[in-house]
Amino acid sequence: MEMDMKMRMNTNAGVNVSMSMNMNMDTNVDVNMNISDDLFLPLDESEKDSEFIAIESRSFIADAARRFSRNKLAMAGFIVLSAVVLLAIFGPVFSHYTFDGQDPSSRNSGSSLAHWFGTDKFGRDIFVRLLYGARISLMVGFVSAGINMAVGIAYGGISGYLGGKADMLMMRVVDIIYAIPSLLYVILIMLALGSNIRSILIGICISSWVSMARIVRSEILKLKTLEFSTAAFVIGASKARILFRHLLINALGPIIVTLTFMIPQAIFTEAFLSFVGVGISAPFASWGTLVQDARAFIDIYPMQVVYPVLAICVTIFSLNFIGDGLSDALNPKSRR
Amino acid sequence: MLKYILKRIGIGVLTMFVLITVTFFLARLMPGNPFETDNLSRAVLDRLMSEYKLDRPLGEQYTSFLSSIVRGDLGVSFKKPGLTVNSLVARSGRYTMSLGLIAFAVALLLGISLGIWQAVTKSGVVRGAILTASTLGVSVPNYVFALLLMMLFGVKLKLLPVLGLDTPAHYILPVATLSAYPIAVMSRLVKNSFGEALSQEYVILARAKGLSVLKIRLRHVLKNAVLPVITTSGPTIAFLLTGSFVVENIFSVPGIGKEFVNAISNRDYTLIMGLSIFVGMLIILANLLSDIVNCLVDPRLRLDT
Repeated sequence: MEMDMKMRMNTNAGVNVSMSMNMNMDTNVDVNMNISDDLFLPLDESEKDSEFIAIESRSFIADAARRFSRNKLAMAGFIVLSAVVLLAIFGPVFSHYTFDGQDPSSRNSGSSLAHWFGTDKFGRDIFVRLLYGARISLMVGFVSAGINMAVGIAYGGISGYLGGKADMLMMRVVDIIYAIPSLLYVILIMLALGSNIRSILIGICISSWVSMARIVRSEILKLKTLEFSTAAFVIGASKARILFRHLLINALGPIIVTLTFMIPQAIFTEAFLSFVGVGISAPFASWGTLVQDARAFIDIYPMQVVYPVLAICVTIFSLNFIGDGLSDALNPKSRR
Repeated sequence: MLKYILKRIGIGVLTMFVLITVTFFLARLMPGNPFETDNLSRAVLDRLMSEYKLDRPLGEQYTSFLSSIVRGDLGVSFKKPGLTVNSLVARSGRYTMSLGLIAFAVALLLGISLGIWQAVTKSGVVRGAILTASTLGVSVPNYVFALLLMMLFGVKLKLLPVLGLDTPAHYILPVATLSAYPIAVMSRLVKNSFGEALSQEYVILARAKGLSVLKIRLRHVLKNAVLPVITTSGPTIAFLLTGSFVVENIFSVPGIGKEFVNAISNRDYTLIMGLSIFVGMLIILANLLSDIVNCLVDPRLRLDT
């Protein structure tokens, strides 16, 4: 307290001295810096807290989390998605049916206590197959989004930060990959490398990182001209440090939002591949193959189509709501 | 501006080259050879391989493939004798074309008008309804949408025909399926750009000048708000073409998409190659065209290069 007070007095005096050069003399200080002792008085107790900030200071993340949790749709999406993920991970453990266990005595049965969602044409339990399908569909979604994020951030970040010829060259590559329809690649890759998860992931990732790279690049281009980036440069931070510690952190909002829209896109693509006939091969099932298998009997057993369709829609809805909520929450301009 | 257009065309040509190359080498990676299921004797197989030049070195195959594509020959089917990709495209292209163009027109019309409605309306109900519909449009995969429509209107209500493309009524369900996603995307875009354009100062100026609200919106605001729609029309055409794979299959339309999926299930690699290249080229051309149109109508883009 004592120190604090003294410092404040000193700075006051300093200011006054510099002002005295402009002939704006304070009554208590003369030009020869004769500071009288009556300047050094403790502040009144009542003034002590006058600069106290009443609102608790929040970090950016805490603020975003608060805004996200106030968005009802986004929270609903988050809860539903968590439930789906938990069910996919732990659900099959608690069921005595397996995804390929056939039971010829109960084919195409409807919903019952034994089979919650009924059975398919081989007597396989549809509920358990849905859960296994969720594992594959969600894994394709999350893993490909993760890979896309890593590659897109590195590529877009470097391209945007370096600028000039390197940027031009790197963006032409992106333009070319972007212009060729990815679904065509994916089909060809599936045919060439076989119908398994690995080729689906390769097919999706080979083209969809470019949209992440484009977004990251445009954010970096914007951010690198701002003062804090110049400040970091002046302090002597390395290029890599500026890019990763200063610029990319600030581009996190758009990156996360793009990510949440990439996951449903990947689930879409996987389902499309199953539809076209190059998806995961039997007896494994993804949501896409479940729809595709049941489609032939749509007028006799419509429910067999409805369950996987509902699973896809509910998951993609939740992801979209989460994405919308995050883009509101992470956008500093929407702060109120 | 000419420089910009030339640059775009250059990139387009390069993209087509990459597409052809990637397709060629991926097709070579595919397991097996086209004749192995036919139970042929060694001599006949060798004769066939040399007839189709499959015994030549890879480099030579590649250059002859490239040159035949440049000459406009997309290859032949290995599974159906006498069928060429070109004749297949000529036969089935018109179905895909007519479906795609109608869906594109519907998407433009509905997407833009819904977007404008959402931007100018003061009614929260309307805004909420359109927002919900557009969220639905981007969230529901097109084959799910097709199946639902088919179940509801074709099987349950029996209102609309579901197979083929014989009468105008046959077009309703496939077009609705195809255009749902582009409508949702476009209405979102137009809502944002129209809302933004409405708050510009030239709108106030036009109003102060005494122009009617309708005239301002149609003449001044729409012109600026429609720019992002042009940008997305390239990707939209791409979406319509690849969407046709699903829609044509579900509604049994004998178009390019259905032929493509058939070729996949027959593992007819050369047909897949030829059709991939054809569809890919169309999409690249569509992207190129939307870039050029964008540059022609938006003077700001010309400054960029």
